[in-house]
Amino acid sequence: MKKSFRDRQFVVALALMAAASASAQNAPRYTAADVRFMQGMIGHHAQALAMTALIPDRTTRQDIRLLGQRIQVSQKDEIAMMKQWLKDRHQQVPTSDAQQAAAGHMDMPGMAMSDTLMPGMLTAEQLAVLAKTNGDEFAKLFLTDMIHHHEGALVMVARLLGTTGSAQEAEVFRFASEVDSDQRAEIARMSALLASLGPTGAKSHR
Amino acid sequence: MTPRSTVPPLPSRNGIRRIRHLLILAGSLLAATAGAQGDSVAISHDDPRIGLRAGYNDAAEVARNMELVGHGARPQNFGNAQNLGDFAFLNGDLAFKGNLAFQGGFNGFQVWDISNPKSPTLRTSFVCPGGQGDPSIYKNLLFFSVEETRGRLDCGGQGVTDTVSAERFRGVRIFDISDLDHPKQVAAVQTCRGSHTHTLVIDPNDPENVYIYVSGTSVVRSGAELAGCSRGASLTDTTTSLFRIDIIQVPVAAPQKARVVNSPRIFADSAGAIAGLWQGGAHGEGTQTTSQTNQCHDITVYSAIGLAAGACSGNGILLDIRDPVHPKRIAAVIDPNFAYWHSATFNNDGTKVLFSDEWGGGMAPRCRATDKLTWGADAIFYRTGDKLTPAGHYKLPVVQTDQENCVAHNGSLIPVPGRDIMTQAWYQGGVSVFDFTDAAHPKEIAFFDRGPMDATKLLLGGEWGTYWYNGYIYASEIDRGLDVLDLKPSDLLSQNEIDAAKLVRFDVFNPQNQPKLVWPASYVVARAYLDQLVRDNGIPAARSTSIARDLGRAEKMKGASERAALAQLASRLDRDARTASDAARVQALAATVRDLSKR
Repeated sequence: MKKSFRDRQFVVALALMAAASASAQNAPRYTAADVRFMQGMIGHHAQALAMTALIPDRTTRQDIRLLGQRIQVSQKDEIAMMKQWLKDRHQQVPTSDAQQAAAGHMDMPGMAMSDTLMPGMLTAEQLAVLAKTNGDEFAKLFLTDMIHHHEGALVMVARLLGTTGSAQEAEVFRFASEVDSDQRAEIARMSALLASLGPTGAKSHR
Repeated sequence: MTPRSTVPPLPSRNGIRRIRHLLILAGSLLAATAGAQGDSVAISHDDPRIGLRAGYNDAAEVARNMELVGHGARPQNFGNAQNLGDFAFLNGDLAFKGNLAFQGGFNGFQVWDISNPKSPTLRTSFVCPGGQGDPSIYKNLLFFSVEETRGRLDCGGQGVTDTVSAERFRGVRIFDISDLDHPKQVAAVQTCRGSHTHTLVIDPNDPENVYIYVSGTSVVRSGAELAGCSRGASLTDTTTSLFRIDIIQVPVAAPQKARVVNSPRIFADSAGAIAGLWQGGAHGEGTQTTSQTNQCHDITVYSAIGLAAGACSGNGILLDIRDPVHPKRIAAVIDPNFAYWHSATFNNDGTKVLFSDEWGGGMAPRCRATDKLTWGADAIFYRTGDKLTPAGHYKLPVVQTDQENCVAHNGSLIPVPGRDIMTQAWYQGGVSVFDFTDAAHPKEIAFFDRGPMDATKLLLGGEWGTYWYNGYIYASEIDRGLDVLDLKPSDLLSQNEIDAAKLVRFDVFNPQNQPKLVWPASYVVARAYLDQLVRDNGIPAARSTSIARDLGRAEKMKGASERAALAQLASRLDRDARTASDAARVQALAATVRDLSKR
């Protein structure tokens, strides 16, 4: 398994073993893509909060309420962490105002690359449709939307890791790794929950 | 340190009653939280660890029943003066060989000469960034974990710019450290998720090889960089690099030929589904949210009983490792208090397994007054065969500030005969030494703590791992260096018990490769048992006085008369055991005295 690759690397390792010296000065620094990732993910998380805020008035299902609570606390934690990271590096800290996110006004640097929404983001219209549902219809649409939303976060991580020079700063790598692992697990959990709700009557937005 | 965040508390230590009250008012049913017996640990609000002055080099320090006797400062090239808690430079885990302590970390490793434990001196340091740098030692080989995408095959510090690169290294490095001043990388075994931690496994039936169990916890790299790596499309995608550990075989005579020989699906269910254990999520109202079991964080092997205990994110598991290439899962447990199953320790006779929960990933303050004592704590299980039964929890029994990352972390047994005692690191919560002989009622017996790194904000810091090695407790401080602590006698631990612990010596110690503790026949071991009998009223006071006198007399004798006196005492102790309230301990004492009589 992977023999030739490994052998080649072994030779490279021997050839390159040098008295490499890393210090704070030449350790890899964060890049513009890292900054954009943090700024964008704040807005992305803010929309998740806007979605979970809909839960209490629309379903009494304990499993959905519990899920929403958990998404809320963990994403709030992460927003605080991302804001601190940006602040420490004297970068622009976008708003995480849930109303703005709900209205689809994602006027922040994470959006600057194009006019399209970040992966997984719902449009204002899609959010409005979700807000109009109730009961099991809401539960199913919420799960469908949140799975889509989380999958978008995975795309953002994959794009970050697929950008030359990115995620080399230890803290960025740790955070990206954590988003990937947490949201992947939550998708699995929500998929199981959605399946348990039976055939979906609610129309997905897509 | 685990690269993940988990959910902050809903019910708090102070608030749980109020919440419960509200729920009852609302007519809701409170789902039972599976609290084990013995969770009613008292927390002290009158404790010298509260209110310690903050600072990096000048934080206030306090200790009880132990003493900081040595310290080695983190070398300058292993830190960032502009950002003391810089993630790229954190100190991590320890391994020991002879009079050397190897301190791994995110920037490489440091080797401390601990010939004089009161004055550890930096023998050498080796820059090789890539996190988290857990070290293990076998003879002249040093194994070293790398997980980050900045890790380079050549140990360079510049990172790897290309997203797919042959220069990137994530996996386990193998160094030949025969020439300590010039460690030579003889192999570098790449894995899909890198190596967050690893565990050295020695098979008594296979002297030609040693094995490394690799626990990867971070993102899966692309198949373009390492053939076969796949993030997987779903929980049933059997090509995924998640839901497995990797096993590296290292030929002892040719370590350069080390390679991955198996990646067992140890979380599979009986039907073969690879995601067969905890799916992630809460266990009901008021419970913790537990991570999905798609990885082990750490595996501790106890070869003396052919078992390994895996702390595997969503579950604690037991593995039969008698065939080390094909570990077989024989048990899996959950705990609704656990966020992230992080590490495991057996007691010496293998009848208990202590798992720790790294709630908040080690980066959050989780020892505040509002954090439950069963969250971010240790869970102790009784083990009988392949059955694990919950016994109780242990958490640092003192409140820490919002500026101190604090949660259960790494530790090891302290070899006090007749008791289960452990030293454990709690990040900025310091070091806590506790007794879990009575697993339902674990009790702290010593501690060491510093004030926060900073009075105004949380800088990552504190004790990463703390281990007993040949008479002293060594602690790896994330930012400040290496601490050496010495136990002091108290009514909770006698001088004889400490001296008996100091008799147990190892040539090499890798915390995740747990050695069987064996005590030499010695008067001090006998006296340690006797002190315990006196402390727990395990034998009538008249008898303990008399036994102490008999031991003293025998020790002054020589040769045949000494042996005869000891044999006679052993026989008398056999009779005592029939009526003593702590018969097992009297029997252990009798066995020690009998061994002494045969010296």
